[in-house]
Amino acid sequence: MDLFEYQARDMFAAHGVPVLDGAIATTPEQARAAAERIGAKSGGVTVVKAQVKTGGRGKAGGVKVARSAAEAGELAGQILGMDIKGHTVKTVMIAQGAKIAEEYYFSVLLDRANRRYLAMCSKEGGMDIEALAVERPEALAKVPVDPIVGIDAAKAREIVDAAGFDEADRATIAEVIAKLWDVYAAEDATLVEVNPLVKTEDGQIVALDGKVSIDGNSDFRHPDHEQYVDHSKTDPLEVLATEKGLNYVKLDGNVGIIGNGAGLVMSTLDVVAYAGEEFVGADGQHPAPANFLDIGGGANAEIMANGLEIIMGDPQVKAIFVNVFGGITACDAVANGIVGAIEMLKQRGETPTLPIVVRLDGNNAVLGRTILDDAEHDIIELVDTMDGAARRVAELAAAAK
Amino acid sequence: MAIFLTKDSRVIVQGMTGSEGMKHTTRMLASGTTVVGGVNPRKAGTSVDFPGGVSVPVFGGVAEAMAATGADVTVIFVPAAFTKAAVVEAVDAKIPLCVVITEGVAVKDTAEFFTYAQNAGTTRIIGPNCPGLISPGQSNAGIIPADISGPGRIGLVSKSGTLTYQMMYELRDFGFSTGVGIGGDPIIGTTHIDCLQAFQDDPDTDAIVMIGEIGGDAEERAAAYIKDHVTKPVVGYVAGFTAPEGKTMGHAGAIVTGSSGTAAAKKEALEAVGVRVGKTPSETAQLMREIMSAR
Repeated sequence: MDLFEYQARDMFAAHGVPVLDGAIATTPEQARAAAERIGAKSGGVTVVKAQVKTGGRGKAGGVKVARSAAEAGELAGQILGMDIKGHTVKTVMIAQGAKIAEEYYFSVLLDRANRRYLAMCSKEGGMDIEALAVERPEALAKVPVDPIVGIDAAKAREIVDAAGFDEADRATIAEVIAKLWDVYAAEDATLVEVNPLVKTEDGQIVALDGKVSIDGNSDFRHPDHEQYVDHSKTDPLEVLATEKGLNYVKLDGNVGIIGNGAGLVMSTLDVVAYAGEEFVGADGQHPAPANFLDIGGGANAEIMANGLEIIMGDPQVKAIFVNVFGGITACDAVANGIVGAIEMLKQRGETPTLPIVVRLDGNNAVLGRTILDDAEHDIIELVDTMDGAARRVAELAAAAK
Repeated sequence: MAIFLTKDSRVIVQGMTGSEGMKHTTRMLASGTTVVGGVNPRKAGTSVDFPGGVSVPVFGGVAEAMAATGADVTVIFVPAAFTKAAVVEAVDAKIPLCVVITEGVAVKDTAEFFTYAQNAGTTRIIGPNCPGLISPGQSNAGIIPADISGPGRIGLVSKSGTLTYQMMYELRDFGFSTGVGIGGDPIIGTTHIDCLQAFQDDPDTDAIVMIGEIGGDAEERAAAYIKDHVTKPVVGYVAGFTAPEGKTMGHAGAIVTGSSGTAAAKKEALEAVGVRVGKTPSETAQLMREIMSAR
């Protein structure tokens, strides 16, 4: 889960990382008031920063310097509502202005390939770090971090030495790096990135920006991380799925997909997309997956019914593909879930009309198929193979009005 | 033979007395696995009766269970919050193979217990968040249903559980030496490369199926390894060709963050070293069928 910059800033401050004062605003008036207070510390100068979880804010015009509180209010008015790479700006941060002498870069992140952590540090921050890594890799120090030892004083020293900071600055920067490691370790982060980490004209080292990703699997020991869940941007069907404990991602197509196990569902998306290339719907589009929905390894009838309810609630869906390989999941439970979901909708006075193509294999598959045959619902169609079922559901989606 | 797990393997289960542990211990026993003990400090000294008249003793710790039973494999079903402690205990007891089924383990915990095991140098970890491994007809350590496929000479390594089942089902007419579900988390104890190396060295494996998915660069690194070290035929499948960038599809590791890590990049890397890559699981199985039929 990615944090907004202001959340990262607060988290940094809580762990003793030097940051500048800042406050968030969702209206120009709030921005003006915040700038009045914060600007008093920096000669009236503040920076208005769009709060979006994507890079390139500056280039998109989402970061502007204000010379007065009134200007901060005006700039906030321009930035709020702006679209940056598909993210609508709903909040800005009013940050204290700083007199920057030098800009550095620091990050610590998960190194999947080597199964440990990696610290990266450069004297040349502020710019596009991916470009620096490609064009002049020697300017970006990469230092492996042992997950058990972490970044202790010796490792912090190793990092600043590798980055080649001026001797006079090394001790101060190493101290800040050790505190950023505290953030990484104590908050179960998978990324802590500061770009730029700056030296001000009066010699202070300050984290001027912050990107933090935290590991959702660590929530059990961080009840306070609940505050970072961003409910505003989530699709309503995704919210409903989360409430029901289902792993659902909304996509753009018209074929609803339900399967068990992330790998099989991902594979199902592919197979449906390939099959869709052979058909064209009335709208001129190829049928394609409308969603990712994994009902999990031990799915029962109720979970299946919940999944179908969510898919049927998506107005874009024209046909549904239930693709289950019963490993732990029993196919008879899946079949009962499908039948149960249809019955439930009928009891509510709805008449389900979307065709459901079902492919069942594995544990209790024969029993599952029998249950679906006996139910005699004309919207259910059984197909023997995954590829064949994908072709059939694509055909049905293309034929739908 | 087989890799990592054979008919001689003696298996204990950490978390056997919990609901998942009970269910899957029952299944492991039913498929012929030699389950010699469970571990639960609060129920030490008791025993659990399973269908078929098997009584499995419960021990207070892994070291004690190993001393009493000669166990050399542990399967972990304990909840995510306690998984790190369970693995550390298994490593301290120097058990050769530790299979972590638990899903939802914090990646910091995995990074730490993996490093701990590496430092000790005496325990191989498989997982976490994986279905475990099966050497059909010999032993089954985890949750892979034993009735999908019988013994044979294909080796399988996969990040995904259900795709493991799907592929074993598609190729059930040939059977498997060992199928290993390595898990899809960002950090895993045993990688594609570890399994490729073991299958290459296993005289009872003729060909290898490798199943990957989007995210990370494990498949690309596996391709580089195959080029230099694997002479047996390898067939590949990668899930997630049509996944949109930046969306998490269930496995924490399966996040595409740019061009590297896409299914297309993985397919390209594998094909460049002579691995035939199927577009769908069925097509992949067909490629393997051609290889096995030509032998």
